[in-house]
Amino acid sequence: MAEKKKATTKKTESKKEDTKKVAPVKQEVKKQAAAPAAKPKAAAASAAAPAKATVGSTTKQGDARIGVFICHCGTNIAGSMDIEAVQAYAKTLPNVAYVDNYKYMCSMPGQSVINKAVKENKLTGVVVAACSPRLHEPTFRTATKESGLNPFRFEMANIREQNSWVHMHDREGSTDKAKDAVRIAVAKAALLQDLFPKSVPVEKAAMVVGAGVAGMQAALDLAAAGIKTYLIESDMSIGGRMSQLDKTFPTLDCSQCILTPKMVDVGRSDKIELMTWSEVHEVEGYIGNFDVTIRKKARGVMTPKEAEAKGIVGGGCNGCGDCEAVCPVVKPNEFEIGMKPRKAIYINHPQVVPLIYTIDFNSCVKCGLCVTACGPEKRAIDLEMKDEFVKVKVGTAILATGYDIFPIEKKEEWGYKRFENVITSLEFERLICASGPTGGHLVRPSDGQTPKRVAFVLCAGSRDNTGTGKPYCSRFCCMYSLKHAHQIIEKIPGCVPYIFYMDIRSFGKMYEEFYYRIQDEGAKFIRGRVANILEDPKTKNLHVMTDDTLLNRPVDMEVDMVVLAAAIQPKEDTNRTRKLFGVSCSMDGWLLEAHPKLNPCGTTTAGVFLAGVCQGPKDIPDTVASAEGAASAASIPIHMGEVELEPYFASCIEEKCAGCGMCVNLCPYSALSLVEKDGRTVMQVTEAKCKGCGTCGGFCPGGAIWMNHFATPQIVAQIDAFLLGGEQ
Amino acid sequence: MSAPGNFPIPERGPGIWQPKIQGIVCNWCSYAGADLAGGGRIQYPPDIRIVRVMCTGRIDSLFVLKAFADGADGVLVSGCHFGDCHYLEGNYKAAKRMFMVKRLMKSIGLDDRRFRMTFVSASEGAKWGAVVTDVVKTIRELGPSPITELKK
Repeated sequence: MAEKKKATTKKTESKKEDTKKVAPVKQEVKKQAAAPAAKPKAAAASAAAPAKATVGSTTKQGDARIGVFICHCGTNIAGSMDIEAVQAYAKTLPNVAYVDNYKYMCSMPGQSVINKAVKENKLTGVVVAACSPRLHEPTFRTATKESGLNPFRFEMANIREQNSWVHMHDREGSTDKAKDAVRIAVAKAALLQDLFPKSVPVEKAAMVVGAGVAGMQAALDLAAAGIKTYLIESDMSIGGRMSQLDKTFPTLDCSQCILTPKMVDVGRSDKIELMTWSEVHEVEGYIGNFDVTIRKKARGVMTPKEAEAKGIVGGGCNGCGDCEAVCPVVKPNEFEIGMKPRKAIYINHPQVVPLIYTIDFNSCVKCGLCVTACGPEKRAIDLEMKDEFVKVKVGTAILATGYDIFPIEKKEEWGYKRFENVITSLEFERLICASGPTGGHLVRPSDGQTPKRVAFVLCAGSRDNTGTGKPYCSRFCCMYSLKHAHQIIEKIPGCVPYIFYMDIRSFGKMYEEFYYRIQDEGAKFIRGRVANILEDPKTKNLHVMTDDTLLNRPVDMEVDMVVLAAAIQPKEDTNRTRKLFGVSCSMDGWLLEAHPKLNPCGTTTAGVFLAGVCQGPKDIPDTVASAEGAASAASIPIHMGEVELEPYFASCIEEKCAGCGMCVNLCPYSALSLVEKDGRTVMQVTEAKCKGCGTCGGFCPGGAIWMNHFATPQIVAQIDAFLLGGEQ
Repeated sequence: MSAPGNFPIPERGPGIWQPKIQGIVCNWCSYAGADLAGGGRIQYPPDIRIVRVMCTGRIDSLFVLKAFADGADGVLVSGCHFGDCHYLEGNYKAAKRMFMVKRLMKSIGLDDRRFRMTFVSASEGAKWGAVVTDVVKTIRELGPSPITELKK
């Protein structure tokens, strides 16, 4: 505290020398007056410091020797502000023992500047004024550690993302802000303590949520790496969207042929515990130790394993389908997008894994015919089955929740659900698929006739800034529409596909070549966004209205069928799932990666990773690649065996704690409790449960909670440094 | 002179008041959102200085009052949207406290528009720019804090 007072008086004395332009003369007077008012509280706040100093700190604030390193980041920073002025200013700050700048501080030579300076100048703290701590704090912490200091003696001043890049045309304002940022960072760095991350063991198991092609690939990779993997799927069988597709572009190999072997592998692997018709219900814990509660929805049918557990030897569902044959309830099959009937007890399609029937309890009338059909040996059906909750412990988790089709009927001008012969691409996939409702014969829904003219409307709801659709490109619609065009040319002689497009985005390997091929095969391309589709009420033919922007003339084309390449959006349940795992989402609802380029599979929650389309639209090759990336990332902590947790724990300053217990209820992780110590009631922190949010520390009426690295004196010093100055 | 963006670059110099705005933001949403604004080169006025905390729940009401006592013309607290808190519910607790601060400000005659709590997610870079621009605009309209004026 003594040092602090000294600093304040010194500052007011030498204020005249200050060249800083935002500190006019009248502020000087103001500050003098403000100082006494501020002191008592600052005193109260920093009184906590000595109490804790014995634990971690080795230097007092007055002895702190801080090195300030200013990064040019090429011209990213240097182009918008006066680095020389910032450096000259930093030299005037209290506790600053060394100042330097370098073109790229994060580079190897830049880091060695830090290393050398710390050793030669006996620095006790490092401040780097560069980009965001969210980008390079780990880098510079490592550099600080290598120079012999505790890595937590490092503080970053963000002068790029929150300064030079956002004040590009205001050099003066930008330079002043950088000076303040350095001053604020130095004030905190002078008060930083040595902290030691805690190592926690990692459970040797992983979880994958969603069993589409991404989730399956991730689970298979994890299993191949010897890790026990829980694969959770909310639908009754695995395979996801890819199992609904007929052919895949640009190789035209059959989706089922490449997917079903993987599905079988997943079902067969002894390392993968497959849980279909299940949802993640609750997640607790942190990286290495997630306690996940899974809700196994009542499927009404027992697997052979479950039957055996109930003492029915040789029982359980074997997928014979006798139950389905007798079931009197008929409903539209969601897997076939309602184009085929199903019963109340059903499977999605014949190739399902696992081959276990499921009862749709919303439509089941509990007549019991299926129970009789199943027979006394298997006894697989239990009409009174209830949801079960299973708890598992995993070290890391991968989210692969996938996508849904945008409800394209919202774009009323295209008449989906109003005109029978307007269908979506996914419906087209089922119609053209040999295992689909028509056995692979493309027919018009209105009359069952084979269409001779088919219009494909691209960017249906994608790249749409009207507010109804999605602003992003759904990324694979161009390619599958080209594939659809190929399929009808191949299957229906004389049938002409008309593709209405804005741009054809054929960006992948062999995609552009595929586009040329479809052009050569005779598909017609019309560049223009479709304005309107009208139906001829007699023939049920459709009139597609647009502007041909290449020929610059209006088009009114009569076709037999329209296929809308509808946009995609995150799966319905994504929002609930992501909140359980503490993962953020972008504005469109896609899950947010830790860094779009450097960490596309990671999230801001340590130990939780993303695979596939849940992170953003991807075609199958990209989805599989991202799944393999996520699996590799998720296996690292498990193979390391332990992880370090950031030591931002709360702790109790016992001499100040009144034992009121207000904090105990505030903690979202139940990490706090009241204990008796030396005849007094005080709060105690269970460090393993504490995640360091500081909600307790923000409330404690007695200021008795010390938040590591975000302690009250440290934050108050930052506020004071900004508003009261601190120049010498 | 003006910058691309919806604000002019102010005249600066000795004796010309510039607003001092203290921002206290959470690491996971608003700080990330502010970083995204940087990546997107979204321009906003430079009159704000940010202190980063892990969660808005960490923000003691006294931090806000300390900033005002120190002479801040405005304070902006920004965190995750409700339901999106990295620590489940820190932002709810922060919001409750901040309402209390606003009530207190009103009763001592300090215009409560000087203090704002906003919710900016990690994907809302443009929103962060708009929020700061608006906060700076409001504070410029309100003028210097009466606390500093009284001390003269």
